[in-house]
Amino acid sequence: MSMINYASREINCKLVYYGPGLGGKTTNLEYIYERVNPETRGKLISLATEQERTLFFDFLPVDLGEIRGFKTRFHLYTVPGQVYYNASRRLILKGVDGIVFVADSQPERMDANIASMHNLYENLAEYGYDPRTLPIVLQYNKRDLPNALPIAELREQINPDHLPEFEATAVEGEGVFDTLKAVSKLVLKSLG
Amino acid sequence: MMADGQWAIAAEDLARLDALLASFLSEARLRCALLLDRTGRFLTAAGETGELDPTTFASLAAADFAASDQLAQLLGEADFSSLYHAGERQSMLLADVGGQAILAAIFDDRSTLGLVRLQMRALLPQVAAVFAEMGDRAPAPGGPLDPAWLAAAADEIDRLFNG
Ligand SMILES: Nc1nc2c(ncn2[C@@H]2O[C@H](COP(=O)(O)OP(=O)(O)O)[C@@H](O)[C@H]2O)c(=O)[nH]1
Ligand SMILES: [Mg+2]
Repeated sequence: MSMINYASREINCKLVYYGPGLGGKTTNLEYIYERVNPETRGKLISLATEQERTLFFDFLPVDLGEIRGFKTRFHLYTVPGQVYYNASRRLILKGVDGIVFVADSQPERMDANIASMHNLYENLAEYGYDPRTLPIVLQYNKRDLPNALPIAELREQINPDHLPEFEATAVEGEGVFDTLKAVSKLVLKSLG
Repeated sequence: MMADGQWAIAAEDLARLDALLASFLSEARLRCALLLDRTGRFLTAAGETGELDPTTFASLAAADFAASDQLAQLLGEADFSSLYHAGERQSMLLADVGGQAILAAIFDDRSTLGLVRLQMRALLPQVAAVFAEMGDRAPAPGGPLDPAWLAAAADEIDRLFNG
């Protein structure tokens, strides 16, 4: 999972944005890329199809400044949501330190949210990662849509374990940084 | 397992890896050589990395390797131990290091695929031995992640990730 390089004095952590297709994972990364201080981030890499759907992953490295002699670098990845890309999803989870599950608030996407959550737990189990100790936060995205389900209903269906949760409208950036802050703090705490 | 669990790389280990890469670089007449872990994190490099962004390179090369492993399994192979990409002016040979790391050699017409392969075959067990030793060793004590460090990091997160 995380790697501490005592020679270059760097701590590397891998954060993965997971969730159903078209839920807003790539939109989260694009917003972070646009808004974070350009000196602290690297290139945003997207391995996407011509229809701009994520094929393999999106990748964005973001550096915290130097803290007491150590530089912390977060590697942000998204996975492709489409059901048939499970092999790529599993590969990207390798070495994960923290997960943001981006749920789609629309009622017609509820089944997809649930299926994706199951798929996440299955894939974590395959690597022997324990979801009870791995930092996971939940983002209820697309809160701007008029048909968005009430939070209570979403919570009941996909957050029975009371993971930390955030409302978001990723297209407008709302909630994007709150989610990122929460997961990155949990990840650093889990290393300590 | 080291590549999957939380792990640390000490300055001495990195110095040994750098020395191995440096001799590989000259013996195989490479443009550059890079070492990364299987999850896509850059470890170290030797040679003319110039414009090459090591972070991006490491992430894509690990993905490339992971995808080929899956392709190998579809063909009934356990894995492909190396991958070759041929370009017009530069080519690249990627090899697995004991399932824990990936070694990438980038070369141009100063060298040949045959020479690079030959030298890589000699190098890989030595690099793998360093990784195996690192994996066996207990993590270095006195890491940076004490409560004061964590508090400072949390402040930095608030400052940087404020949208
Ligand atoms: N209305 C609305 N649309 C969104 C929101 N976030 C993302 N989208 C749209 O949903 C679609 C899929 O988003 P994308 O980030 O590609 O989803 P991914 O498959 O999870 O990576 C795009 O057309 C986005 O513009 C949101 O908060 N509200
Ligand atoms: Mg996407």
